[in-house]
Amino acid sequence: MAELKLMKGNEALAEAAIRVGVDAYFGYPITPQSEVIEYLMTQRPEERTGMVVLQAESEVAAINMVYGAASTGKRVMTSSSSPGISLKLEGISYLAGAELPAVIVNVVRAGPGLGTIQPAQGDYFQSVKGGGHGDYKLYVLAPASVQEMSDFVEDAYAIAYKYRAPVLILSDGLIGQMMEKVVLKDQKERLSDEELIKKYDDWATTGKTDRPRNVITSLNLQPDKMELRVRKLSKKYEQMEKEDLRYEKINCDDADYLFVAYGSSARIAQKAVQLGREKGIKIGLLRPITLFPFPKPPLFELADQVKGILSVELSAGQMVEDVRLAVEHKVPVEHFGRSGGMIHTPEEILEALEEKIIKNGSIRHHKTRESSIL
Amino acid sequence: MEVLDIIKPENQVFCKSKLMTDTPLSYCPGCGHGTAHNLVMEVIEELGITADTIGVAPVGCSVLAYEFMNIDMSQAAHGRAPAVATGIARTWPEKYVFTYQGDGDLAAIGTAETIHACNRGENIVIIFVNNGIYGMTGGQMAPTTLKGMRTSTSPYGRDVETMGSPIKMTELVAHLPGVYFATRHAVHTHKHARKAKKAIKKAFENTRLKKGLSFVEIVSNCNSGWKMTPIESNEWMADNMFPYYQLGDIKVNGKLK
Repeated sequence: MAELKLMKGNEALAEAAIRVGVDAYFGYPITPQSEVIEYLMTQRPEERTGMVVLQAESEVAAINMVYGAASTGKRVMTSSSSPGISLKLEGISYLAGAELPAVIVNVVRAGPGLGTIQPAQGDYFQSVKGGGHGDYKLYVLAPASVQEMSDFVEDAYAIAYKYRAPVLILSDGLIGQMMEKVVLKDQKERLSDEELIKKYDDWATTGKTDRPRNVITSLNLQPDKMELRVRKLSKKYEQMEKEDLRYEKINCDDADYLFVAYGSSARIAQKAVQLGREKGIKIGLLRPITLFPFPKPPLFELADQVKGILSVELSAGQMVEDVRLAVEHKVPVEHFGRSGGMIHTPEEILEALEEKIIKNGSIRHHKTRESSIL
Repeated sequence: MEVLDIIKPENQVFCKSKLMTDTPLSYCPGCGHGTAHNLVMEVIEELGITADTIGVAPVGCSVLAYEFMNIDMSQAAHGRAPAVATGIARTWPEKYVFTYQGDGDLAAIGTAETIHACNRGENIVIIFVNNGIYGMTGGQMAPTTLKGMRTSTSPYGRDVETMGSPIKMTELVAHLPGVYFATRHAVHTHKHARKAKKAIKKAFENTRLKKGLSFVEIVSNCNSGWKMTPIESNEWMADNMFPYYQLGDIKVNGKLK
């Protein structure tokens, strides 16, 4: 039976990991995501489902434990917050290169550097533009509620195993720390070792039987072979764009202006849509649910309908670049967002739309456009 | 020793294990890695645990170990093999998991992963090949490079005042309660190789008995990096490496020697 509970985003994610049958979690404490491992440890998942939970000596060790377990086909997860994700990027690049399924969670805080523990969305570039070294991308899911913190765990594993690729759940300190009601799904059985070996015997390193040996590596010293590997990865990313793009349109049908916002900013922008409409400004919201793939086609279409777009993000202006690329200069696109751990209000967002877009109705040349840095 | 003695099974330390592939080794002629690989494969073959063994390859000269060892293997990022092995061993507690690492990998960039895997007493085997140099990148100073030893990044010899002293990893980890077996060997003569094989076998048996971590160091040569002939390098190793890295058991059955 599905269960209704009041939970923090981080706890809902951890509970979902147990319920979808994750085999192992490796993590390291960092604010604002420590509740994930704390909750898991409290729940005794080794008794509930046989799930392994281990506190590693560092984020670097944790992501490499993920690499080890993932190379045997096990469903494995790690989570951290911004500075910790920077440390994991080496391992994430290896996961992508070695084509391993895994789920990584980033509960973003403000940076750069040690920054602050307050919420931010300044890891957009790091998440969707590679982050680690080499030609790879991550499939990135951006939850905007505690419910989605729970639901996206299962969705993330579906994608990770469909493509044999690492998937990132990009949350932030606001979604991770806030409490909301959440419908928890029923417990699913973990795969038995026998089932797992049968299912992934063509690649997983579970011990060589009478089949040829399985090897997990991202190394190809011969450039012609390495190029083939890069092309194979690129094909996956193209397929993700075709088959697994996710977004939500809110009040877009009659919109004259558009907000583009994900995660916590989408929640705040939704209120700004309502405030604008009360004043007679027809605003819509396009919420990317996946940041890669990015909702380029719906944005390109909406650009024919609306007079201007405000990209709203808790950052100094990162996603705005992708919005501009998607609309190909059909309409003005500006950025608004607080950063450094400050959180914008719906009123501030609406005011920014009026100032930056509505007052300056036409497309400006890039030389006269104000800096996107607030 | 007569020819008939040499070909007795117990004296054959040099035949190729069935678990070695036919891929030509990428190691320099005279390097000890080939023998060390073969010994590990012989042990796995003799214990009959191929279907239950997963190896972890490092970054360094032996990065391509999986090309030569005909078993399932996962290749780790530089220094992270003990973490990768932890991920495997924790999710497959009945399997035999080993790492095969060099000194730069294990004792420099991977020190944290090494110490903590040892401290947790992960039920794995670590094979640590120590030749006192970074071989693959062209002979740079390693954490285990001897005092005064010349390398491309210590061209006037390792100055311990500014570069630190060579680190004795096996003695260091032996003090951690999670380490059940810590031992140091060599593979440059038949006699040494036989002893090393015995230690490797004991290490894998410890895994079967779930005793925790077994740490087998193999002091080896790097004739290319040391800029010597293979024979010279083995002599130099015996004269210079062995006095500092003394061969023998350091911890057996959880007890320091």
